[in-house]
Amino acid sequence: MFDGPEPIYIQIADQIRAQILSGDLPEEAQVMSTTQYATTFRINPATAAKAFGLLVDEGLIEKRRGLGMFVAAGAHERLLKEHREAYLEQVFRPAVDQADLLGIPRSTLVAYLTDHLPATSLSAAEGEAR
Amino acid sequence: MTTPYGAELSDVTVRYGRGRDAALDGASFTVRPGTITGLLGRNGAGKSTALALLASFRRPTSGTVRVDGADPFENAAVMAGVQLVRESGDVVGDSPVNDTIGYYSGVRPLWDADYAKALLDQFGIDPRKTPDALSRGKQSALGCIIGLASRAPLTIFDESYLGMDAPSRYAFYDALLEDYTQHPRTIIVSSHLIDEVERLFEDVIVLHRGRTVVSETADALRDRAVSLVGPTSAVSKLADGRHTLATRSLGGTTQLTLEGALDPEDVARARDAGVEVGRVSVQDLFIHLTQEPETLKEDAR
Repeated sequence: MFDGPEPIYIQIADQIRAQILSGDLPEEAQVMSTTQYATTFRINPATAAKAFGLLVDEGLIEKRRGLGMFVAAGAHERLLKEHREAYLEQVFRPAVDQADLLGIPRSTLVAYLTDHLPATSLSAAEGEAR
Repeated sequence: MTTPYGAELSDVTVRYGRGRDAALDGASFTVRPGTITGLLGRNGAGKSTALALLASFRRPTSGTVRVDGADPFENAAVMAGVQLVRESGDVVGDSPVNDTIGYYSGVRPLWDADYAKALLDQFGIDPRKTPDALSRGKQSALGCIIGLASRAPLTIFDESYLGMDAPSRYAFYDALLEDYTQHPRTIIVSSHLIDEVERLFEDVIVLHRGRTVVSETADALRDRAVSLVGPTSAVSKLADGRHTLATRSLGGTTQLTLEGALDPEDVARARDAGVEVGRVSVQDLFIHLTQEPETLKEDAR
């Protein structure tokens, strides 16, 4: 756990963001305490506190006096929006660039998307609602 | 609750005898109150001497020692708040463990008898036995229990858990973290098992040949170097003009440890070139920082 190249507190913050994004940590849910984080992952409590500070500054979690840390209202939506924007620039565009490089026509990409990766009824409905 | 103690050594030298090398040679460092601070050094670096000064077991030959703002030597008020656990244990070896426990409960104002009892149970120590009759692992555990249950505003573990096996050591780290979050205090841990304990540290001090080579936060120390792994040509290009701490080559792949951090553009350039940028562990940094010239030559060969 937390063996990546970034400082541990950044990795902890990333992990909590990913849990909010996936819905494992729903809005209003309580986040593990500094103490629980420290003892579960055998890290200095100040390291965990630093990660929480980062997420509080971003407005993703909030401290409720005497109760602990909770996922803020709207945190899931905000992360979704940010990740959608990043997805197009960081994932989709490089994939298309690579296709261009390989001489795969755009029409092939579109056909692949509609024929081989058809949207599930759920994601299609979500797409229309948007 | 008592406020955690800070501690400081300023230009401290300790000589154990004429003509002998100084155990500490102008060492200076600060232990911030309320932190878990790691004190690292090779054998003979001066760690135990520095810790004995903080616990007022001895006086420096020159320089200043401060614990909670005062000279700790023969200072009863400060001494009551400092618990040093040495590997030797500092126990009454030939009378029941209960007697040793009774002694510490008398000299440590914040001693928690219920907690001590729970820890003795957890580590499987029968308090009616004498410490001499305990296995080496349990003797070490007894020292750790004394350190934890004392709840001293400055608690020092000097290689306290060397005799313990891995499961017992991890049980000790867990107990330490849990109790530290419930009862904040200043804790100094001196250890050779750096990989096991480095994540417990907020601050790190490294002594080498009686001098301080590092006294900063663990994050700042980890930022002192970066590791690159990838195709040799790409790695050497990125390393150009930088100080290389270590190199390892395997076929066309090279692993380099560079001094300093990479800026975001360099990181992006590295990734584009198929070079993996990683962090360097405190253990590896420690090895670089305390290398002797002879060892360096051996590495170059």
